[in-house]
Amino acid sequence: MDVQLLTFIIVGASFALYIAIAIWARAGSTNEFYVAGGGVPPVLNGMATAADWMSAASFISMAGLISFMGYDGAVYLMGWTGGYVLLALCLAPYLRKFGKFTVPDFIGDRYYSQTARTVAVFCAIFVSFTYVAGQMRGVGVVFSRFLEVDIVSGVVIGMAIVFFYTVLGGMKGITYTQVAQYCVLIFAYLVPVVFISMMVTGHILPQTAFGATLADGSGMYMLDKLDNLSTELGFTEYTDGSKSTIDVFFITFALMVGTAGLPHVIVRFFTVPKVRDARKSAGWALLFIAILYTTAPALASFGRVNMIETINGQDMAGTSYEKAPTWIKNWEKTGLIKFNDKNGDGKMFYAAGSIDDPTSANEVDVDRDIMVLANPEIANLPAWVIALVAAGGVAAALSTSAGLLLVISTSVSHDLLKRNFAPNITDKAELFYARLAAGVAIVIAGYFGVNPPGFVAQVVAFAFGLAASSFFPAIIMGIFSKRMNGKGAVSGMIAGIAFTAAYIIYFKFVNPAANTPDHWWFGISPEGIGTFGMLVNFLVAYVVFKITGDAPEEIQQMVEDIRYPKGSGAASSH
Amino acid sequence: MAFRNEDDKTAYWKENISLLVKLLVVWFVVSFGAGIIFADALNEIRFFGFKLGFWFAQQGSIYIFVALIFVYMAKMNALDKKYGVDEE
Repeated sequence: MDVQLLTFIIVGASFALYIAIAIWARAGSTNEFYVAGGGVPPVLNGMATAADWMSAASFISMAGLISFMGYDGAVYLMGWTGGYVLLALCLAPYLRKFGKFTVPDFIGDRYYSQTARTVAVFCAIFVSFTYVAGQMRGVGVVFSRFLEVDIVSGVVIGMAIVFFYTVLGGMKGITYTQVAQYCVLIFAYLVPVVFISMMVTGHILPQTAFGATLADGSGMYMLDKLDNLSTELGFTEYTDGSKSTIDVFFITFALMVGTAGLPHVIVRFFTVPKVRDARKSAGWALLFIAILYTTAPALASFGRVNMIETINGQDMAGTSYEKAPTWIKNWEKTGLIKFNDKNGDGKMFYAAGSIDDPTSANEVDVDRDIMVLANPEIANLPAWVIALVAAGGVAAALSTSAGLLLVISTSVSHDLLKRNFAPNITDKAELFYARLAAGVAIVIAGYFGVNPPGFVAQVVAFAFGLAASSFFPAIIMGIFSKRMNGKGAVSGMIAGIAFTAAYIIYFKFVNPAANTPDHWWFGISPEGIGTFGMLVNFLVAYVVFKITGDAPEEIQQMVEDIRYPKGSGAASSH
Repeated sequence: MAFRNEDDKTAYWKENISLLVKLLVVWFVVSFGAGIIFADALNEIRFFGFKLGFWFAQQGSIYIFVALIFVYMAKMNALDKKYGVDEE
């Protein structure tokens, strides 16, 4: 059977599974729609959280990025996992005890301020939209490459599926669908890497395989070979990297703190029955995430060696373009691989530098995003593995989109409508508006998927920077400082966001030419500035708090109540 | 009030914070310490085929993160029981 037919069958079967689950787990009340009735077992919630967190970016792009960045790729590996430690230790249990539906709920109640709530709502909506646009794009790419439908149809099919189970099932439908999606995506991610590990080093576990010796009998360590190859071709050593230490530090910190402050991640801990379950499910979530995140660097290094050897040949003399493997031709059609035969010898050669620069030996430009998707083809794996990877990529994109769309719909129907404009709305009407908002959000996300604004990649820095410099400090102070007041927290959030946004906007949009380490403050890139913004937030909040005095007595009482588990009820709207 | 007395409440929170600080120190040392600040120095040491700093940055810190959360969970559940503020 050919790859395309197999892909149709495997992706189709996974869709049928998601829809069946959605029908089984449809939501009847706002409680079920927003937080799945608060009754999800911790292990399943951990799995759903993992699927929610691991987006098309984690599945499709991350290993490719690491493959090209080497050591520097650790910013993503540590940044996107270390945040869960902060989440589990400093946020999740307390927010669960607090027992409301959303992050803006907490900010609004803890700081007894409608302004704080509104600022939080807009941050939540902005961050979620940024993210979801990229997911729809991911669905489109997978569809267009593997099913050979055009990107528009790919996005529309993806939208229809997500629409169906988000609108019908709300958080309950999403959670159980995500459990299935986790299983699909992790299996799809592991299978090709295990195959490749076995072929290259004879190890089954990718985590140990990339630190092992090569199976070709040379006795050489895989990573040493990769280091040698990299320096030969004019790159820095793979295990060394090229970013400055301070920048790696700041980016990692911003990603960690940003992760812990992202509303679609935090809201998962409102769905478990008890405080102790919130702690437990954070642990399970990170364990399930770690399975993929410790595999990714192995995939990255194997992929890089395979790619270099396929293009340059075993003898590093270049291979004939005429006899190039089909994956090169296939991806060249999509524009994600480019070949420029500079020396006119009809052979491809990959090295450091640009393919348009006459002084560089490089003739092949490979887009980072294709490494995971092309890897099974590069390693000549069977067709069903390639089909499986396509299904995994779609599962990753759909699960994350659904979680984000839920945050958007909750923010609109619950935080904006019920809390601001129509406090007397009935549960049934609120549920209707939640579904309506989810529907509208899907259409907007789909539009951005078809017509991606050029700035999608740039705004990702925004999403994390914003979450790091606004939500995270406000929530931390709200829990760990009884006396922190509303004025302090609001000024902190505004100062943090304003500083971070100004820095990112300047370097990414106003003056992109100056976006080099020489011009950055203390060598901190826009990706890492959220860490600085967080410090600004804390500092401003503290100063304003010192001037304006303690929070009211009943608020301090409330903070004391969320500090121990006993008496936690199900999450509620009042 | 859930606690037997005010002293218990203060003591519970104090123990909670001291546990947090200990675990966060480990969190910081393995990731920002071993994986970033001292990565170059640790890269002189070999851990199977890995340079040690590189291994902490791309593997080791993640394993320790997972372990930290489960340790926290177990210790906190015990602490809740000790002060009678667990959910059972």
